[in-house]
Amino acid sequence: MSVTKLEPDAQGHFGPYGGRYVPETLMAPLEDVERAWRQSREDPSFQAELRDLLENFAGRPTALYEAKRLTKALGGARIFLKREDLLHTGAHKINNCLGQVLLAQRMGKRRIIAETGAGQHGVATATVCALFGMECVVYMGEEDMARQRLNVFRMRLLGARVVGVGYGSKTLKDAISEAMRDWVTNIATTHYLLGSALGAHPYPVMVRDFHRCIGEEARAQMLERIGRLPDTVFACVGGGSNAIGAFHAFIPDAQVELVGIEAGGRGIRPGEHAARFQGGAPGVLQGARSYLLQDGDGQVLLTHSVSAGLDYAMVGPEHAWLHDQGRASYAYCEDGAALRAALQLCRTEGIIPALESSHGLAEAIRRAPGEPGKVFLVNLSGRGDKDIDIYRAHFPELDGAARSATEGGAA
Amino acid sequence: MSRIGELFARKRAEKKPVLIGYVTAGDPSPERMPSLIAALERGGVDLIELGVPFSDPVADGPVIMKASERARAAGMTLARVLELARAVRAKSEIPLLLFSYMNPLIRYGFDQLAGEAKAAGIDGCLMTDLSVEEAAEFVAPLRAAGLDTVFLAAPTSPPERLRKVADHSSGFVYLVSRTGVTGEQARLSASVGPLVEALRERTALPLAVGFGISTPEQARETARLADGVVVGSAFVRIVEAQGAGPGLEPALEAFARALKTGMEG
Repeated sequence: MSVTKLEPDAQGHFGPYGGRYVPETLMAPLEDVERAWRQSREDPSFQAELRDLLENFAGRPTALYEAKRLTKALGGARIFLKREDLLHTGAHKINNCLGQVLLAQRMGKRRIIAETGAGQHGVATATVCALFGMECVVYMGEEDMARQRLNVFRMRLLGARVVGVGYGSKTLKDAISEAMRDWVTNIATTHYLLGSALGAHPYPVMVRDFHRCIGEEARAQMLERIGRLPDTVFACVGGGSNAIGAFHAFIPDAQVELVGIEAGGRGIRPGEHAARFQGGAPGVLQGARSYLLQDGDGQVLLTHSVSAGLDYAMVGPEHAWLHDQGRASYAYCEDGAALRAALQLCRTEGIIPALESSHGLAEAIRRAPGEPGKVFLVNLSGRGDKDIDIYRAHFPELDGAARSATEGGAA
Repeated sequence: MSRIGELFARKRAEKKPVLIGYVTAGDPSPERMPSLIAALERGGVDLIELGVPFSDPVADGPVIMKASERARAAGMTLARVLELARAVRAKSEIPLLLFSYMNPLIRYGFDQLAGEAKAAGIDGCLMTDLSVEEAAEFVAPLRAAGLDTVFLAAPTSPPERLRKVADHSSGFVYLVSRTGVTGEQARLSASVGPLVEALRERTALPLAVGFGISTPEQARETARLADGVVVGSAFVRIVEAQGAGPGLEPALEAFARALKTGMEG
């Protein structure tokens, strides 16, 4: 069996996926970003500054935590959690933001734009812009603004301008389109701080590299803790940045199974989910070629997920490549299972997870009872503070007037 | 020579600029398009860009973005754009350039599209989000079917990219007048002149300039520099204002005539 290729070709292709599908006006800026990024990889002062920020500002390395009570409750595989939720700003997103803001600084850009779905990337971007004194504009779908109000306020508190996008699905996809329109108009002054392993080259590979520390740390921590690698690594996949960060170090370990979990939403029917490997087909959207949820005329389908961060019609191109080669497999988890997994983690481990991360967790919970003796690693990519309003809506028995009855029943 | 090549050659011999009009196919409705295009032709438009509506038009400003939404709501599809081309071609020799984002074309299949587009009377293709680096596999079937491929040159394109853009283009090269999305603007960008000069040094192909040209004065100014002038959002705005009302064709024809008169004046 051939070894899975770890790097894209010079044009950013992972097999037939990735590449650069953008209007000509954006080609030169993309080449500029690529040049700066390649230089930064060879630049010890850049690497030292990034490492210092990751350790002392963001809080790396993050803990590897064995979820013993959850494991016991499920009675099967041993479950370990990579605690990206403990990072500053509450999710893995800060890794990439710190890397890209340093690049922007070296490119002489003073204005940062970003898109955000759940708001975690927006908050992380607003945070690094505050840290470096840069102007920050975040595009966010109006539907996402409504369901992630806390993060909208956090961004504003940090000095960012949040611009609502009120057309299309009013979610992440439309926020990315609007950020691309801003970038093409303001290229001279502006860096587009794209938040997932998506878009035109070099973003997918660059964003992955800023997150590969997740898997590298986890791999070393597993070896140190139990003297072996996990059997399976689970991570949720929206664009796929936390998953590719968690997977990357394990790709050469052929015995380690890699499982990405997409959003099954309300079920696998057109417009009701965001599971690109369930009925998606290769296509081109927002700069890259990859699996895309689309209709027979090549129009991009609307998507749904209870978690804004997974609610996107295309998967990152490296995931498409890992999928086609069989190196990673992709499952999906519906809204209800993700909500139940979140509640179970709250009650067994005292950890409130993000809804996105709960999708990956749910698949581990589903499989654990049938796989005793196995070791599972779940990338807990973010914490659930931002999702409190959604949890409240879905667990009304814990809220308001009904609460005392539940407490009475549980006592 | 292709219909597009012949048009530019004829106009060059006459020492007159080419007026190119963009419309989003299916706006205000698929049925109305043939008469809308006939009106543009009567007004003096020499070449029609037929925009294929797409759900995620990242290179377009609000005017064309909304037109794309209207066209999709009216039921426009790529297959119906080809039907439209057949209907236009039955009555007119005006060159037709398919103007599209990549995904609808990929979904349709380039091999099938190339043959069917040619048979329908389409003369060429411009793919907004296709970089020259990704172009080879898509350009080959189009050229094999006898279609022109038009690529964009931008003010941000360094010299070596301009050469690649010209090498991949046939019929003409489309110069983007400024950084930004499609849409009208008050003044013509200062980057047009230098971009035209830089391309003239690298290609003998005709050059057309678009993005932001919306008045007869801007058209005249642009025509002094380039072989062709593209007007898009200004036409689409008329469609937006008139809708399916009886004033649509007269308004488009009158505006096209004003542009043409301005350009040739």
